[in-house]
Amino acid sequence: MFADWPLLSLVIWTPILGGLIVLTMGDRMPEASRRVGLAFAVLTFLVSIPLFTQFDRGTHEMQFVEMIPWISTFNIHYHLGVDGISMPLILLTTFITVLVVIAAWEVIQHRVSQYLAAFLIMEGLMNGVFSALDAVLFYVFFEAMLIPMFLVIGIWGGPNRIYATLKFFLYTFLGSVFLLIGLIYLYTQSGSFAILDFHHLPLGMTAQMLIFLGMLLAFGVKIPMFPVHTWLPDAHVEAPTGGSVILAAIMLKIGGYGFLRFSLPIAPDAAMALDWLMVTLSLIAVVYIGLVALMQQDMKKLIAYSSIAHMGFVTLGFFIVFMIYNNTGSWQGAALGISGGMVQMISHGLISAAMFLSVGVLYDRMHSRQIADYGGVANTMPWFAAFFVLFAMANTGLPGTSGFVGEFMVILAAFRADFWIALLAATTLILAAAYTLWLVKRVVYGEVANDNVAKLTDVNRREFWVLGVLAFAVLLLGVWPAPLLDVLDATVDNLVRHIAVSKL
Amino acid sequence: MTFEIPDFIPVIPELFLLGMACFILVADLFIPQARRDITYGLTQFTLLGTLMLTLWLAAPEVRITMSGTFVADPMSDLLKSVVLLISAMVFLYARPYLMTRGLYQGEFYVLGLFGVLGMMVMISANNLITLYLGLELLSLCLYALVAFNRDSTQAAESAMKYFVLGSIASGVLLYGMSMLYGITGTLDIAGVTAGILTASGEFNMALVFALAFVVVALAFKLGAVPFHMWLPDVYHGAPTPVTLFIGTAPKIAGLAIVMRLLVDGLGPLHADWQGMLLILAVLSLAVGNVVAIAQTNIKRMFAYSTISHVGFVLLAVMAGTTEGNAAALFYVIAYALMAAGGFGMVLYLSRQGLEADNIQDFRGLNERSPWFAFIMLLLMASMAGLPPTLGFYAKLAVLQAVVQVGFIWVAVFAVLMSVIGAFYYLRIIKFMYFDKPEDQTPLSRGMDVNVVLSVNGLLMLGLGIFPGILMSLAAAAR
Repeated sequence: MFADWPLLSLVIWTPILGGLIVLTMGDRMPEASRRVGLAFAVLTFLVSIPLFTQFDRGTHEMQFVEMIPWISTFNIHYHLGVDGISMPLILLTTFITVLVVIAAWEVIQHRVSQYLAAFLIMEGLMNGVFSALDAVLFYVFFEAMLIPMFLVIGIWGGPNRIYATLKFFLYTFLGSVFLLIGLIYLYTQSGSFAILDFHHLPLGMTAQMLIFLGMLLAFGVKIPMFPVHTWLPDAHVEAPTGGSVILAAIMLKIGGYGFLRFSLPIAPDAAMALDWLMVTLSLIAVVYIGLVALMQQDMKKLIAYSSIAHMGFVTLGFFIVFMIYNNTGSWQGAALGISGGMVQMISHGLISAAMFLSVGVLYDRMHSRQIADYGGVANTMPWFAAFFVLFAMANTGLPGTSGFVGEFMVILAAFRADFWIALLAATTLILAAAYTLWLVKRVVYGEVANDNVAKLTDVNRREFWVLGVLAFAVLLLGVWPAPLLDVLDATVDNLVRHIAVSKL
Repeated sequence: MTFEIPDFIPVIPELFLLGMACFILVADLFIPQARRDITYGLTQFTLLGTLMLTLWLAAPEVRITMSGTFVADPMSDLLKSVVLLISAMVFLYARPYLMTRGLYQGEFYVLGLFGVLGMMVMISANNLITLYLGLELLSLCLYALVAFNRDSTQAAESAMKYFVLGSIASGVLLYGMSMLYGITGTLDIAGVTAGILTASGEFNMALVFALAFVVVALAFKLGAVPFHMWLPDVYHGAPTPVTLFIGTAPKIAGLAIVMRLLVDGLGPLHADWQGMLLILAVLSLAVGNVVAIAQTNIKRMFAYSTISHVGFVLLAVMAGTTEGNAAALFYVIAYALMAAGGFGMVLYLSRQGLEADNIQDFRGLNERSPWFAFIMLLLMASMAGLPPTLGFYAKLAVLQAVVQVGFIWVAVFAVLMSVIGAFYYLRIIKFMYFDKPEDQTPLSRGMDVNVVLSVNGLLMLGLGIFPGILMSLAAAAR
């Protein structure tokens, strides 16, 4: 029944419309704003479900395509469509937004309607990023997201929020303008802004190199890769819980998505030539940032660094394909790396959201993010402790949780490329276990550290459901990743076949 | 020499404006101060009437009349309509400010109307003399308007600076024109083009000199670096409504004479002026954006921001392609709309005893008026070139034209500078949204200002989501 609905337009514009409605409600009726906001978030999630159930798993072609002319002077179209790479990310966005809206329920008391409107509008824009098939449309959504996030961190953030939000904005903006120049260059070569036309456009090596580096600046800042990752810990620490969740769970994924949608298919030869750079930066992120995470005193900062390390795994999976090819001489095994990276992205979306929400639960009670202020939380908050330990285990990649699947696939792929790379990548299993479990030990276990901890109350029903739903998703994806892998299969295969052909 | 009656039809809007301006000049003498609204109403009627006539007479073909000195074409129709619309907005935003400061006088409107007439003549000039007359008519009105608040020494100083430097620039322009006349023997712009193509090699040096004089004068009038010195002082010193007037419509007229004189008239010399414009544009982008960061006065900040936007416009013209020219037109129209809204917001915040021209005055606007904070947010996002606002598409069009002619590194430089520029626009958003208000005086202006200012801000978003219409109008104009 949903076959001829403009589903993608609905998942983009429903939350934006909801955001505008909430915005007009103003500050007079916060309770009503929350209900309307939640209604629109849930509605968007429901609308996005048919994208999964009706998805044709047998093809790599774009599905649910919508295309109408938008700016005829530049041959720009309002062109939407999803394949196996983008569809799961849209579902992740609509799912996480519902949780973010619920998690803000009692926590946000200042300018409630603006807060909810910012998140709903951001949801629509992020869905737009994942479904846009026209480069200008993509760029518009990609950049437009920055303003609501800038406001979210700046208005509801911590004490150092203005520095953090300006840094976040300027870093991302600086990266993305290079993407814009690359896209305009591609337009002057191909005469259209259609991303799929860019994929088939023959390009010389110099052009590919410059385009690849421009896009690397845009997506590398977003994901973020070492050494342009420094905005992330600041932004995460200062952002309100909801902002951290959206940043970690979805905005970082836009960087990874950009690599798969733009960098690899448009400049495959440059990607091949520069794979050493990408793999090196990814390994630095995994090992060095993992060590940095170990030293953090601030819970949110620790999770932020852990996010960078995990995203390093994603980029490792994406760019190791060329090394697998060089080593084994076949593209067959290469798909494993990309699929692994994708699974890791979805899984990290769930786990990082869960971790930040857990820290949010603690922060709402104690108003401190310092690890030293906690200790023995398990004694006063047993339910919370159970969830937190589960998410921590997932973060370390324990088998049976979603964290394991992606990491295992990427490490397996790395072994096909080079033993030493695989060895370095596998240190993440030790490092992640070290910093996460040490965090758990210091916060959750042990004696009750002080009076404040003794006065803590366990999670309320709202928090229980938010964390419970996430725990369910993490376990489900861990024991039964097949539905996700089925969706990815055809698209990733096609992507690997595409990058196997030189464009020179 | 026979005298033939020219075809007056294409000139009707100008004649109407001229007649009405003269009528208001006289009628205002008999209107008591308490009834000054009549002058204001007549002015708005004149502008909107001229706009109606312009739209009514708009046609896709080129109409040349008055012995070849006057041209009406799609470009003039588009630019005149925008100039008239923006001037009407300017007078509307300005009224509460003028009323609270004892500046609500007929001369403001009469000078403004003659300035608008000057702009229309510039836009439609097909002859070097017409072009110069239009420019001088506009400039003289602006000099007087800057000094309009005669009790302000700062305004008098700005007016003096503007007058002296502006006269030098006019002289330089005239000198360049006289050399062109000497080489080609005609004042007709199309004739100049033809004359350059057939001019023998011995005139090369003279042509280069003429070109240099013309480019310098135009750069001065537009405020491109290094001929920008007057701009921040004039913007700062003039009463805010006058700054609003100077900062919007005259930029459109300025681009029109660049199109007529440089792009059309001196088109055969494109290879020569391309390099000049490139240097002007690059310097304007760098100086405008970097120096704007240091400003604490919002009028000065907008002045430097204007300089950087002029850099973008010149980049588009520099490309020398149809796309480039269309992009320049699109950019300048978008800029005039943004600047009108931006200064409109400064006027909106000002009241008796508070100029509201410090960036700090925007503190906590979100607490005082969430709606107008949102409008300012849209205007600033548009100036910074963030999608989905109008300013983004203006930059996109310019960058596309620049990349198309192979100046990729210039495009990279331009976007880097706009990242720097984003910082000071964001700072205003920061003051509005992240800081607490110091001043709790309720904000309320007349309904007319509220509505038009809101529409102006929402246009940034509306034209940003549907930029196609304005883009095709700009493309059709070239």
